[in-house]
Amino acid sequence: MSEIEKERIREKESVVVEGITLTGQWNRMFEQRVVWDYDPTNLEKVVNLAGGESLGWCYQCGKCTGVCPVDHVGSYSPRKIFSKVRSGLDLFTDPDLWLCTTCGNCLRVCPKGVDMLQIMPAVREQVVASGAAPPELQQAFENTFRYGNPLGEPARKRADWTKEAGVPVPVVSQLKRPVDVVFYVECYWSYHLRGKQAAQAMARTLHRLGIDFAILGMEEKCVCDTQRAAGEKGLFELFTEQNIATLGKYQFTTLMTPDPHAFNAFKNEYPKYGATLPVVHYTQLLAPLVATLPFVRELPYRVTFHDPCYLGRQNGEYESPRQLLKAIPGLQVIEMLRCRENGYCCGGGGGGMWLGSFAAGHESERLSERRVKEAVSTGADVLAVCCPFEVSLFEDAVKTTGNSGKLIVRDIVELLDEACTPKTEVSIA
Amino acid sequence: MNLLVPLKMVPDLVEELTLNEAGTGLDRDALTYKLNEFDDQALEEALELKALHGGTVIVAGLDTPDIDQVFYTAIAKGADRAVKITGQFDPLVDSWTAAAAMAPVVASLEVDLVLAGVQAPDDLYGQLPVLLAGRLGWPHVSVVSGIELDPQARIARCHQEYSGGVMAAMETALPAVLGVQAARKTPRYAPISRIRQVMKEAKLEEVAAAPAADGGRPKVRRLFKPESQGHARMLEGDVTSQIEQLVGLLAERGLLKVRV
Amino acid sequence: MAPVVVIAEQLGGVLNDVSLELLGKGRQLAQGLGEPLVALLAGDQLDSLAASLRTADRVLLLEDEGLAHFTPDAYEQVLAEALKDLEPRLVLIGNTSAGMDLAAGLSGRLNWTLAAYCTDLRVEGTALVAVAQLYGGKLFAEVELGTSAAIASVIPGSFPADAVKSGEGRATVERLPVKLPPGRVRFHELIAPETSAVDIKKVPVLVSVGRGIGGAENVEIAEDLARALGGEIAASRPVVDSGWLPKARQVGKSGMTVRPKLYVALGISGAPEHLQGMKDAEFIVAVNTDSSAPIFETAHIGVVADALEFVPALTERLTAGA
Repeated sequence: MSEIEKERIREKESVVVEGITLTGQWNRMFEQRVVWDYDPTNLEKVVNLAGGESLGWCYQCGKCTGVCPVDHVGSYSPRKIFSKVRSGLDLFTDPDLWLCTTCGNCLRVCPKGVDMLQIMPAVREQVVASGAAPPELQQAFENTFRYGNPLGEPARKRADWTKEAGVPVPVVSQLKRPVDVVFYVECYWSYHLRGKQAAQAMARTLHRLGIDFAILGMEEKCVCDTQRAAGEKGLFELFTEQNIATLGKYQFTTLMTPDPHAFNAFKNEYPKYGATLPVVHYTQLLAPLVATLPFVRELPYRVTFHDPCYLGRQNGEYESPRQLLKAIPGLQVIEMLRCRENGYCCGGGGGGMWLGSFAAGHESERLSERRVKEAVSTGADVLAVCCPFEVSLFEDAVKTTGNSGKLIVRDIVELLDEACTPKTEVSIA
Repeated sequence: MNLLVPLKMVPDLVEELTLNEAGTGLDRDALTYKLNEFDDQALEEALELKALHGGTVIVAGLDTPDIDQVFYTAIAKGADRAVKITGQFDPLVDSWTAAAAMAPVVASLEVDLVLAGVQAPDDLYGQLPVLLAGRLGWPHVSVVSGIELDPQARIARCHQEYSGGVMAAMETALPAVLGVQAARKTPRYAPISRIRQVMKEAKLEEVAAAPAADGGRPKVRRLFKPESQGHARMLEGDVTSQIEQLVGLLAERGLLKVRV
Repeated sequence: MAPVVVIAEQLGGVLNDVSLELLGKGRQLAQGLGEPLVALLAGDQLDSLAASLRTADRVLLLEDEGLAHFTPDAYEQVLAEALKDLEPRLVLIGNTSAGMDLAAGLSGRLNWTLAAYCTDLRVEGTALVAVAQLYGGKLFAEVELGTSAAIASVIPGSFPADAVKSGEGRATVERLPVKLPPGRVRFHELIAPETSAVDIKKVPVLVSVGRGIGGAENVEIAEDLARALGGEIAASRPVVDSGWLPKARQVGKSGMTVRPKLYVALGISGAPEHLQGMKDAEFIVAVNTDSSAPIFETAHIGVVADALEFVPALTERLTAGA
């Protein structure tokens, strides 16, 4: 619609919809917004992409701006993006394209269904294909493609964390029998120092519960849900095919992962590629069993819990993590103001994990720093998480906001493990 | 303009280098391979020159582990043809053997300019661009950047880089071999979806290598890892503690302008 | 007679230090083999340079107007002719840019074995053994050079140049006939680096950034530290190639060689090409997330940390105390 034929646009005085009379003012809410004054080229470039259509539905109500985490550290929201694009901003070349973490809070409140979780990946895919994505992000893509993980660590070392778990961690290809739970460790728990500690705590916890589990070991590869949201759909599809083939070799009852992003892909994306997997997040596996965990001591901590966007808001799971925390003796659980559906994003999603330097150049402070300050303000001394991205982001933010010594960051499974470990044996500081 | 870029696989140093039992070579099984970084620069430069002058970019390499993936990526980036030279090659084929195998293949294709990475990490016997030029009898200039082509005059201009930032502007008649130190831009990204498409559609050409001649290489007695000749004193503790230690050390040596 | 021949290198009428290093080592090897030491130099108007080479037993000059500036083709041709006549046991060349062109070129043209990236050479009885550096210094190879003519290209800085003082020798200087080949490669001009207000060779404190700092936007963090320390910012080659800093700031084999009082290396892994440019700094502090980075072998103080976290905190500490 480059030429607007003004004669053809008619706004009805009133209309009857499902027996209800709506005056002209009301029916405007349901009709396509008419754009008179701006060159719609840049907007059309976005809405003509498969997945980009909903940007055109925005009617500038501003509900999203109130909940967008990036707006707190910059000037951002779907509404603002729409407005800028309509006024001539080229989303394909503007840094704004990379600041959205796909946290989904905007979609939750949008009366028109403007879906950044579709729009941003669609536009990003085009930019990535032209080779113009931020170099940090491209490096993460290249690492994933080459090594099966965005950290660029060798595939051969993916299961090295098991050596210090203190309990045997079977690899499913060596078991040669069906197994109850396949524990899909994912990349940050496999390679990052703090992730490995959480993975080891998980292995010990599964043993304590007598669960028959195994890992994929060196054949495990990144699920790439975040790379998908950051624009590398080809990478996501390639690895989805490979992962479906790998998992297809084994028989298991449950697929458990600590990574909400992998959980999201397994649950919501893999069926589109022909694989419906019995997937749960680790908190969902453990919550029904937590009463049987052999706690041996109290943890006298004041804990606040950060809802991961991809587990909570996007997949509706708020209770299982809380059940686990409340079951730990001695723990006092305090909620942050922005919790559950209104949780404030840590900044790792949508490629944010690999856009740290880039985002820092466009935001007044990091989302993780904002969130840490909020956690500290509750009076908590422990920030509990259950997404592998969060530990490193929040621990860095604790240091950079000057809160070292005031707040520690723990994955829920680390707390479960600690409460089951006699005092002299605790190893993490 | 027909440009040819030789591609070579080298050990990925993300893995530890372990020696075989005899200590005469690397344990091949423990290695993963990736494209020599300077060859990536040469490929990028070739693609840029093709964009400017038209013509074709041919990538060529010996049949060693994982080279197929590298060929597909090169084609996804814009190379027109990929030629795999088959034969019984050690995964860590040396530059002398590579030059010997490549020269007849290059001579058989109508190549105007060979852009090769200036060096590889295991160039014990010398660098490929120069060895290849020698076998072809072509002029060569190595360690170059700032390449320009004049297809009409059949010359290539380049800057040979010396230390201290000094460069010599030179020109060479074509056909020639240039050893590329740096392309004019960082090597482009190849989106995975395009690589996948290439893997489905593209065909890799194969040509058998002529039987290898002997000579030209000194005998390797053994490989060994360096002894640490002194190592830095590593500062322990958390960041705050490390900073205090460092500030103290700098102050001790009179390196701080003001009292801290 | 099978001499040890050192191919000396000059640029713009100045002898490259590596030539003196090779003369010193060459003398040692020649003595071990019981052979004479020959210095061979190509160029134009070489009298004064020839004097510096007289610690050899013979100084041979390939002097011609057409050789005034190095070009791979002409130099390779005339040197190859001269070497064929000399029938050497060993030819030593510096592993410089020109040296790389020549060493492999001569090896190919004469079909003589070549060991490149040598860091050491020795005589064992009648055998010649070279130690060569591979994989950026992570591995070394010990090779036998055989009994027929061999070439070794040597990494600059491997041997001391001080041992050989110029002009102390008594060798005669001879001029060899020069037959120039057709000019397939022609020299145009020497391009000096853009002059910059800052000469990093003269600054006592350098804060140098490598690829590990992640991006151009992080250079500022290093500049703040440089300011706090009263110094200037410098960079490794990849940083300059990516355009994060200008060439005038480059330290390393194809940049500047610096000897500051303090050299802080941030996110620099320590590739040999970089080390060449700063290893003689008085006090070297390295910050890198990789505890096995080669830079820690050269640095005096090492910190395993993320520069992006460590440096701002350090800068704050330094400026707060002021």
